[in-house]
Amino acid sequence: MSTTAAALAPAHQRYLLEARQMQALSFAVHIPLVCFGIAFPAMVLFVEWLYQRTGDEVYRTLARRWSKVMLALFAVGVITGTILSFEMGLLWPNFTGTFGGVFGLGFAIEGFSFFMEAIFIGIYVYGWDRLPGRLHFASGIPVVLAGLSGSLMVISVNAWMNHPSGFRLVGGHVADVHPLAALFGNAYLWHELVHMYLAGYIVTGFLVAGVYAAGRLRGRWGRYERAALAIPLTVAALAAPAQVLVGDWAARDVAHSQPVKLAAIEGLARTTRGASEHVLGWYTDGRVRYGIAIPKLLSLLAFHDPNATVQGLDTVSASQRPPVNVVRIAFQLMVAIGTLLALFGVLYLVVRVRRKRLPESVWFYRALVAAGPLSVVALIAGWVVTEVGRQPWVVYRVMLTSQAVTGAGGIPVGYATLALVYIGVAAAVAWVLRRLARVPLHAAGGD
Amino acid sequence: MMHLYDVPLAFALVGLVLYTVLAGADFGAGAWRLLAGRGGVGERIRDHAHHSMGPVWEANHVWLIFVLTVMWTAYPAAFGSIASTLSVPLLLAAIGIIVRGAAYALRTGAQTPRELRAIDGVSAISSIVTPFALGAAVGGIASRRVPVGNATGQLFSSWLNPTSGLIGGLAIATSAYLAAVYLAADAERIGERELAQAFRARALAAGIAAGAVALGGLAVLHADAHPLYRALIRGSALGALISSIVAGCLTLMLVWRRRFEAARYTAALAVAAIIAGWGLAQHPLLLPGLTVAQAAAPHDTLIAIVVVVIAGGALLFPSLGLLFGLLLSGRLDRDRAQAPSGPTGRALLAASAAGLLGRGAAVALVMGVGFLTIAEAPWAHIIGVVSLCAFIVLGFAALAPTDAGLPED
Ligand code: HDD
Ligand code: HEM
Ligand code: HEM
Repeated sequence: MSTTAAALAPAHQRYLLEARQMQALSFAVHIPLVCFGIAFPAMVLFVEWLYQRTGDEVYRTLARRWSKVMLALFAVGVITGTILSFEMGLLWPNFTGTFGGVFGLGFAIEGFSFFMEAIFIGIYVYGWDRLPGRLHFASGIPVVLAGLSGSLMVISVNAWMNHPSGFRLVGGHVADVHPLAALFGNAYLWHELVHMYLAGYIVTGFLVAGVYAAGRLRGRWGRYERAALAIPLTVAALAAPAQVLVGDWAARDVAHSQPVKLAAIEGLARTTRGASEHVLGWYTDGRVRYGIAIPKLLSLLAFHDPNATVQGLDTVSASQRPPVNVVRIAFQLMVAIGTLLALFGVLYLVVRVRRKRLPESVWFYRALVAAGPLSVVALIAGWVVTEVGRQPWVVYRVMLTSQAVTGAGGIPVGYATLALVYIGVAAAVAWVLRRLARVPLHAAGGD
Repeated sequence: MMHLYDVPLAFALVGLVLYTVLAGADFGAGAWRLLAGRGGVGERIRDHAHHSMGPVWEANHVWLIFVLTVMWTAYPAAFGSIASTLSVPLLLAAIGIIVRGAAYALRTGAQTPRELRAIDGVSAISSIVTPFALGAAVGGIASRRVPVGNATGQLFSSWLNPTSGLIGGLAIATSAYLAAVYLAADAERIGERELAQAFRARALAAGIAAGAVALGGLAVLHADAHPLYRALIRGSALGALISSIVAGCLTLMLVWRRRFEAARYTAALAVAAIIAGWGLAQHPLLLPGLTVAQAAAPHDTLIAIVVVVIAGGALLFPSLGLLFGLLLSGRLDRDRAQAPSGPTGRALLAASAAGLLGRGAAVALVMGVGFLTIAEAPWAHIIGVVSLCAFIVLGFAALAPTDAGLPED
């Protein structure tokens, strides 16, 4: 057997940009759903546990209603994820064809987590009142674990793309492949995993709490609604401040491993000693205009030394730089929203600890309604920083996105079709969620 | 003699068999709703087709993901060639899968018969398009229309050709047949004689149709995919083909005599034998000019994937056994719901404990800042992340409303 594997040759693609947008669109649809796959099962299980401890019917109703929503969102997560798996071959056959042997294992293991998740979510949701209490609760635990292992596996692939190792390239073929080291021996993996996992809890927590906040503004506010608001909100309020710390860690890892991405995030044209941080502003002609400069802060944040040297965009040729403003604006959006969410979370925690009750102000609940969608924006923005910030590389400094793309025709047609399908799916999801929300409380028992 | 580089392919074929048999039945169940007709019986047929698949369709569906991931890990160049040349049918299949899944989600919210009918209609169309598109893609590979390279095959004739049409048609007929057998067995189990009768008739019709397509298809292969035809009618591939015919006839007989439960398994066997026959006939070529050995990933990757599949299977099969066991024994049926077991009524967390937890959370947060943000060593970062997680968990334990009657404001 040969030690190197067969590989495909790059092809010309007129519609590279459309292919990239099609990929980005599919991610932007999948990832918010994934957040529910990560965080919702744990919340539902917590509520069921409360019911088993207290015997309070309110919790039972809540857990059952949430589990229906969980199942519907899971179904949509499954199909949007399936699209992504197809796109690995449909859009990027050279990437998969060349490096499948290096990173593919991550997805193969992930496949087994999806199996566990799909199997036990079926048992859990269809098993309400049919399985004995403890057994039913236990059937939810693998769903929670599979959400963790599933995200670990996908993120390990993404971390490998950002910081590739565990193989050698010999004339376009991979050799000396060590898939486990490539996927899990990668220092870049850990900040991404923790950051994404927390994002799952933040997005789910704020979105779910936001639904009941909107209900409160319209006067729906009983014991049921208070519990349904307080539980996810408490999770999200705790995760949001932690996320700021983890994000800062992520930025330091980026500074070490992907200096060009950091330079794009900061709009730093030239390598600088004691670099200043620019808040807001627009990058043109090699500098940030209309921004607020804070001297030496960038060096301090990135390297814990106010006089550290930070590499600029000038360390690589123009063709190897990502689009600066896209990355920069996405980053600032994420950080601004992340900071606001953290402050909002702290506010809530202080009221809960000091006054031992929920906040009263109408403005608090208005802000909470906005927090959910904003956290989704932060989530997508974060992925834009990571993925667009890595451009033009698909595998950092190993393979260009333009070398990975398919040579097949018809990309714009596929893109347009998929976009239409996604619009339909979004409308369908909105419709189902409204319907599930309208079922009267006392009827929630049956299905 | 089986080499290491053949093993993942064998796994992928097993996955394909399971996908065809399990998800195929699911697509078939979708397709039958189109022909269910209106009125009371039609509605019950459609309802039955939905409910008996509800708990399992997601798990069934993952077999496709399994096949894809094994293929791109173990035979990356073949996967890249196949996906880029067959991009149109694969995109069609992907869209069909989205629509099918969305229809499942939608049905949870539907209330009026009109809504249900509309949803079932859409779901039925996608249940026909998807198996056809996947079958057509298989036909492209089997008739050697997928060369090695990035989109080097024909965009359309690679999957719009006699062999693809044959296999696509066979996929639809098989799905319909499998579904009818499964649904008849389910209906019999829950005591719905009339429904069982309806699906029995459908199973017989679809079974005969699938058999006819398969046999007539040999003529198509003779004309359009001669190398495959020649390999199919000799050696172990021929054995597989004959097993399939035998199992198919046996199933028809069992359905005729209402032995639906046994017919489930022989029907699955008939399909499995066809896929095995294809694999055997094509071996050792994966694509024209590319043998399995040439396409295989490096040695370490092959070892890793084999270990992963075996370990994953050790976890997966007992779980699947549990799911199907519960399903087939009727434990997940709709009318099985019992009254909830009585409350255990335990004391809530004491307020003092909450205070302690709260202080613990604050300490964990400070440690998180120290070890993750200020310290730089990797070991410190590990402690930092663990501390931050402890902050969230302890804080939640302290503040989570264990009493739904949080003070009114
Ligand atoms: C709710 C979502 C959310 C929030 C509030 C934040 N982030 Fe974030 N961020 C993400 C969600 C996210 C993510 C899940 O979308 C990303 C994409 C890749 C990743 O690992 O996490 C991400 C990536 C990401 C990256 C790039 C990592 C890389 O390329 O490897 C950095 C530097 C930060 N974030 C920094 C921050 C900072 C300093 C934040 C706070 C002030 C922040 N993030 C809040
Ligand atoms: C494994 C995990 C991966 C994750 C989590 C991930 C995530 C993302 C996200 C969130 C976006 C941007 C979304 C947006 O702009 O709205 C994106 C963009 C993109 N991704 Fe990835 N990705 C992954 C793997 C891949 C793979 C396998 C490829 C293909 C080779 C890829 C190539 C791209 C490209 C080309 C873009 C578009 C960049 C642009 O718009 O300039 N990514 N990805
Ligand atoms: C290249 C990128 C990605 C691919 C190919 C992909 C693939 C998939 C597939 C096929 C499924 C459906 C599994 C099933 O049938 O049950 C799925 C669901 C899921 N994906 Fe992704 N995914 C990608 C990105 C991500 C990202 C960025 C995350 C985030 C951590 C993620 C986490 C999950 C989780 C937790 C599920 C479970 C389904 C749910 O709970 O909604 N995936 N993904």
